[in-house]
Amino acid sequence: MGRITLDKVTKSFGEVNVIPPLDLTINDGEFVVFVGPSGCGKSTLLRLIAGLEDVTSGQIRIDGEDATDMPPAKRGLAMVFQSYALYPHMSVRKNIAFPMKMAGMPQDEQNHRIEAAAKSLNLTDYLDRRPGQLSGGQRQRVAIGRAIVREPSAFLFDEPLSNLDAALRVNMRLEISELHNALKTTMIYVTHDQVEAMTMADKIVVLRAGNIEQVGSPLDLYHSPQNEFVAGFIGSPKMNLIRGAEAAKHGVATIGIRPEHLAASTESGLWQGTVGVAEHLGSDTFLHVHDHGLGEEPLTVRVDGEMPVRHGDRIFLTPDESKLHRFDKQGLRA
Amino acid sequence: MARRVTNRRKAVVTVLAWLVGLAIFFPILWIVILSFKSEGDAIKTPFEVLGSAWTFESYATVQERSNYFRHFWNSVVISLGSTLIGLLIAIPAAWAMAFVPGKRTKDVLMWMLSTKMLPPVGVLVPIYLIFRNLGLLDTRFGLVIVLTLINLPIIVWMLYTYFKEIPGEILEAARMDGASLKNELIHVLTPMAVPGIASTLLLNIILAWNEAFWTLNLTAAKAAPLTAFIASYSSPEGLFYAKLSAASTMAIAPILIMGWFSQKQLVRGLTFGAVK
Repeated sequence: MGRITLDKVTKSFGEVNVIPPLDLTINDGEFVVFVGPSGCGKSTLLRLIAGLEDVTSGQIRIDGEDATDMPPAKRGLAMVFQSYALYPHMSVRKNIAFPMKMAGMPQDEQNHRIEAAAKSLNLTDYLDRRPGQLSGGQRQRVAIGRAIVREPSAFLFDEPLSNLDAALRVNMRLEISELHNALKTTMIYVTHDQVEAMTMADKIVVLRAGNIEQVGSPLDLYHSPQNEFVAGFIGSPKMNLIRGAEAAKHGVATIGIRPEHLAASTESGLWQGTVGVAEHLGSDTFLHVHDHGLGEEPLTVRVDGEMPVRHGDRIFLTPDESKLHRFDKQGLRA
Repeated sequence: MARRVTNRRKAVVTVLAWLVGLAIFFPILWIVILSFKSEGDAIKTPFEVLGSAWTFESYATVQERSNYFRHFWNSVVISLGSTLIGLLIAIPAAWAMAFVPGKRTKDVLMWMLSTKMLPPVGVLVPIYLIFRNLGLLDTRFGLVIVLTLINLPIIVWMLYTYFKEIPGEILEAARMDGASLKNELIHVLTPMAVPGIASTLLLNIILAWNEAFWTLNLTAAKAAPLTAFIASYSSPEGLFYAKLSAASTMAIAPILIMGWFSQKQLVRGLTFGAVK
């Protein structure tokens, strides 16, 4: 079981209030991602759940039990850190065994679990090495191994992939998702990378300055962002936000259209502009369109990879009316 | 522009370094030379001293007159004892200062260090009286206590700088893994800090071994370490250079040999945290 409830939780560091009163429920078995720009309080929130920081006020319940003042060790949660935080003086085997040793588990059971974890994480050949002799990806797997052997009620991941190179990050992302499918244990995952959030989460919690901006499934957030911040944060490349006269035509302060919901043509269309940079990804091309008369920011549009456009070309854009997002003066969905 | 390291500049620096090194080492060298001379030759001019005959007679006399091994053993007990007790107190203290600092942690550290700025003679009388009343005068136990207290600020400071270098996330990981504070200190922090603890240990053994003020003032015969053994050769009847030198050579030899073998640890210990 791993149902975690935050009830009016606040956190201040001295005078600075990092988390205003915040309520959140994480259901058993859910993969929840906390996402937001740096300094939004997502790591602090995770550390509050872990018990590594004390809440200033409010209550944290784990499976219905008040865990607010429990030390981290008693909460039954396992954490994977950004820096892996392996014990450098211990072999991989001892690293993985450490939580079980602390729990006083019988040696046979420990060995059994180490073997099982090492096998599932491809670490069997490395059990007698020290962390210093492993690559970044292997270290990360050791950290995960150390977390799974305890069979915690929930896993906490604090930006676990930020120190890995791009290719490895994609692999580890899949491995963690597969792990979740296999274990069906609650996972809370902190990242600033919205791609990780979109691809892994059952539920995304978008944070800004300690406030929850929106909670929902990845597609909820993509299709109906509740405000301009979420609209701009979720989706890659970013949504185009247009203000002024064009937005007024729709009776709102701001309209948003995703790059993939703009139709591009070299002959005719609603808006027109000049192609600045064209990013060719092969399957798709992203065009940055300038001089469109809708504002200062260039518009981003996704076109087919085969479309023959170059820097300086004239181009016409037509938004898909049904995919248009409308926001009022406060930035809220209209 | 980078400075050009010419051969001439290198040579000058090398010669200078050797001169400084020799100047520092010379007194020790001279003591060793004098210890192998007769009492009569030892007070001659330097050139005559070097030209005179070599002899072991001073060592023989020193060995006859006093019990070197008793003093040696006292030195070992006092320096090791005070260092180990100091470490037992300092490891938790430095842990607290490095990982759960409060508003006043820096002040406490400075205050601890400031006790080293007080001339020891300033507290000699009260400490002497306390020792007399508690029956600690001329006991190894008493000296262990005094030297522990005197070197504690340095031990805490050194360990604090080492512990500061250990990433806090690793200790947090231990906490998440269910380690109690005791287990965190024993299984994670201490083994990771072994190099730092080792050089702290070495340096403090040396400091305690060489400490002369308290060992001379608080001991008479029973607990007297090697410092008192040296001092006993500067007697009211006059200085006996050769015997004094022989005694000194015997007193500093063990620690010098230990220092020689642990040079690398010591240098690392002393310069640790200096470059960030």
